[in-house]
Amino acid sequence: MTVLQIVALVAVAAGGGAVALATDPLRQTLLLGVFGLALVFLFFAFQAPDVALSEIVVGTIGLPLIILAALRKISEQERTRQRDEDRP
Amino acid sequence: MSRRARLWLFGVAGPGLAAVLVIGFRGLPAFGHYHGVYGLVVNGVELSMRHATDYVTALNFDLRAFDTLGEEYILFASVLGVTLLLRVMREEDEEFSAAGRGLDGSSDAVRLLALVLVPLLVALGVYIVLHGALTPGGGFQGGLVLAAAPAALILAGRYLELKILAPSWAMESAEGIGAAGYALLGLGGLIFASVYFRNFLPAGNPGQLLSAGFMPLNSIAVGLEVMGAFLIVWTAFLDQALLIRRRSLEAR
Amino acid sequence: MSFLPYAVAVWLFIVGLYGVVSSRHMVRTILSLAVVQSATYVLLLAIGYRSGGQAPIVADIPPTTTLVDPVVQVLVLTDVVIEATVTALLLALVVQAHKRFGSVDPNDLRPLRD
Repeated sequence: MTVLQIVALVAVAAGGGAVALATDPLRQTLLLGVFGLALVFLFFAFQAPDVALSEIVVGTIGLPLIILAALRKISEQERTRQRDEDRP
Repeated sequence: MSRRARLWLFGVAGPGLAAVLVIGFRGLPAFGHYHGVYGLVVNGVELSMRHATDYVTALNFDLRAFDTLGEEYILFASVLGVTLLLRVMREEDEEFSAAGRGLDGSSDAVRLLALVLVPLLVALGVYIVLHGALTPGGGFQGGLVLAAAPAALILAGRYLELKILAPSWAMESAEGIGAAGYALLGLGGLIFASVYFRNFLPAGNPGQLLSAGFMPLNSIAVGLEVMGAFLIVWTAFLDQALLIRRRSLEAR
Repeated sequence: MSFLPYAVAVWLFIVGLYGVVSSRHMVRTILSLAVVQSATYVLLLAIGYRSGGQAPIVADIPPTTTLVDPVVQVLVLTDVVIEATVTALLLALVVQAHKRFGSVDPNDLRPLRD
C-alpha cells in the first residue's frame, strides 16, 4: 500500500464522519462536496480514472445543485407558512 | 418509532453489525492480492477481441452491455418520478417575474467566466463521449460534462437563459432518443449477429476513433440520455425553488 | 495495515447508518445515505486492486503489464451516476412531504389517509 493510498483512505474516513455527524443540512452539503473530492483522490490512488471522472462531476455539481435547490424550496415554504399563520 | 427508541436499537445492533462485517472481511484476500478470474480473462483478451483500449468502457458498453441497459432504465425511471412529483399543482402558479430572485449579485468576472465555460464544457463533453473506447471517458462521464455546460449559466445568475439554451422539449427528446437508441442498438446485434447486444460493426484498428465496433454509438446514446436526465432534474428542482409559488390567500 | 481499506468501508457504513438513524431533518437522512453508498464504492475498488497494477487503459502502455480489475470499476462507475438520480428522487419526495405535512422531521410524517 502506497503512502498516497493511506492518506486518501484517512481523508475519506474523516470526511465521511464529518458529513454524517454534521448538524445543519447546509453545512452538510458543503462537507459533501469536500467528501466527494476526497473520494476522487481515493479513486485515482486506486487506479480507477473512469470512476474518478464521474465522481468529480456528480460530487461537485450533480448532487450539491439539487440539494441546495431543495433546501431553498423548503425554507421558502417555511417562510410562507409563517406568514400565513401570522396573518390575522 | 421514536428517535430515542431508534437510537437504542442502533446502539445494540450497530456494534453487532460492525463485528460481523469485520469478521467477514477478514476472509477476503489481502488487499492487493486479487484472485478473481473474470478480470484476468478480460485483461488478456479484450484488446485482441474488440480492439478497444479502454477496458472499463468496453466492459460497460459491449461485454456487459445488458447491465448498462438496466442501469440506464433506473436513471430513466428516477427522472420520471422526479418530474411527476415536482409538477405544478392546482394551487400553484409559475411566475416568471420571480425568476433569478436571489441569483443576481454575482460580479462581472464570474459572469464572464461562465460565458467562457459554456462552449469549453460542450467541446470537452463531446470529446469525452466520442473517445470513450480509447481513453478514460465514455457516455456516463461525457454526458455529465455536457449537462454541466448550460448549468454554468447559473453561475452567471441567469436561470431563464438556461431554459432557453436547454429547452425542456429538447432535453426530453434527448433523453428519450438516448434510452430508445441504446435498446435499438442491442436489437441491431440481434438482427445482424443473432445475439442481443453482440457487437456487429467492424472492429477497426485499436486507437482510432472509428474502432471497437458499436461502442462509440452506445456511448453517444448513453451520453444523450444522461445529459437529458440531469438537465430535466435540475430544471425541475430550480423551477420549484425559483419560479413556482403557491397562490396567496387573497387570490384563492 | 493491509486491512485499512476494509476498515474504512466498515467505518463509513456504520457512521452513515448512525447519521440516518439519528437525524431530525429528512435532508440530513438522505445525505447520510450518500455516505453509506460510498462505503460500497471503497469496498469494491479495494477488492479489485492488484499490487503494482496500472489503470486498465492500454492506449499508451504495452498490453502485457499488470492491470487492476476493470469489472468492479464498471459497477462503481454506473452506481455513482445512479446514486445522484435516486437522491434527486428522494429529495423530491421530501419537498412534497414538506408541502403536505409542513415539517421535515421524520417523526411528524403521518399516513396519507387524513
